[in-house]
Amino acid sequence: MYTQAMDIPDESGKKLAVVPGAASDQEAAFEARIAADGRIEPQDWMPEAYRKTLVRQISQHAHSEIVGMLPEGNWISRAPSLKRKAILIAKVQDEGGHGLYLYSAAETLGTGRDEMLAGLHSGKAKYSSIFNYPTLNWADVGVIGWLVDGAAIMNQIPLCRCSYGPYARAMIRVCKEESFHQRQGYEALLVMMKGTDEQRALVQDAVNRYWWKCLAMFGPPDADSPHSAQGMRWGIKRISNDELRQKFIDATVPQAKVLGVTLPDPDLKWNEERGHYDYGQIDWAEFWNTVEGNGPCNKERLATRVKAHNDGQWVRDAALAYARKQKERQVKEAA
Amino acid sequence: MSTAPALKDWPLWEVFVRSKQGLEHKHCGSLHAADAAQALHMARDVYTRRQEGVSIWVVPSAAITASNPDDKGELFDPAADKIYRHPTFYEIPEEVGHM
Ligand SMILES: [Fe+2]
Ligand SMILES: [Fe+2]
Repeated sequence: MYTQAMDIPDESGKKLAVVPGAASDQEAAFEARIAADGRIEPQDWMPEAYRKTLVRQISQHAHSEIVGMLPEGNWISRAPSLKRKAILIAKVQDEGGHGLYLYSAAETLGTGRDEMLAGLHSGKAKYSSIFNYPTLNWADVGVIGWLVDGAAIMNQIPLCRCSYGPYARAMIRVCKEESFHQRQGYEALLVMMKGTDEQRALVQDAVNRYWWKCLAMFGPPDADSPHSAQGMRWGIKRISNDELRQKFIDATVPQAKVLGVTLPDPDLKWNEERGHYDYGQIDWAEFWNTVEGNGPCNKERLATRVKAHNDGQWVRDAALAYARKQKERQVKEAA
Repeated sequence: MSTAPALKDWPLWEVFVRSKQGLEHKHCGSLHAADAAQALHMARDVYTRRQEGVSIWVVPSAAITASNPDDKGELFDPAADKIYRHPTFYEIPEEVGHM
């Protein structure tokens, strides 16, 4: 489960604005419930902007799970042992499941699955940019588990308290499954680090390529996140991008030490006064360039996803035809 | 329950899972499937990958009638002032012991 900036605008969100108007009773009830840290459920009245923000965020989140299956899926047939292959299949299957929980949550807001998939396949909807980078060697799979899933966990834990009930419940289910993802990745790397110099070099290379991209997963700095404040006020977002990023860095530095790798940031050092690690400048130009569709794998990922969907059309059609036939037969027999 | 349009005619199903023998089936989510048998298969893969269940129900979402949130007051408030429905309403002498 991989949310990046939850407030990355896409086509559907461009015209999104909070429309000020006379506060109705319904609106007052909604605001009161949010203020009391209560939960909003699908049948409850909600402002259109709240609904749209959630649809955009949850569908981006769902798409990220689904596209996130691709970089790791590439390694299923090349996993170094039967054990690692079974683990990787289980992890990739979990990500597919996460996508389904999230699509279901988004559908409760009145947006159909086909509409969301059409948004993904046309390139209108966004997904986490981390999946637009290639997985070049086996260590990448370990690093994705350790760092990418690790960053995702940081992002998702506060979402378990999201004000929208179905999203929060989906997140609880997801978070229960994520811990395995991170641990299997870290353990796979530990094994490689106990191997040859060449294997250790592969791990370090993968860390070097993924570290900064993982930091960018938390989204733009708070100062440049105009949507964040509204998300916070609505109880959709609970902890700011920068705060989550800092938590992730503070948690990861000791893990890297145990693993025996260096994190590729000369500015990374403990700040006694702040009680946190200081870190260097993230390349936001590169981040936005990838969000805009120009990362190394954007086209390949989308093309793979669209092809899989189109290749599955006959299966969906056949299942439907079979279900209709069964129903007709039942009706005939009953007559 | 969702009122969202279904995926190109694959209807929406609500999934209920019994986590262990002796417990009730609990709602755990929804999914799209062509028919009930397929919904059961998919529910197994989506909701019970880690032995979360010993039994699954799938129900077409369209078959569920839900109470209207606008009627919440009318439906549930009348119970609020009937505190005599709770055992703690009654004072029993201590020497009676647990009752
Ligand atoms: Fe996931
Ligand atoms: Fe994951």
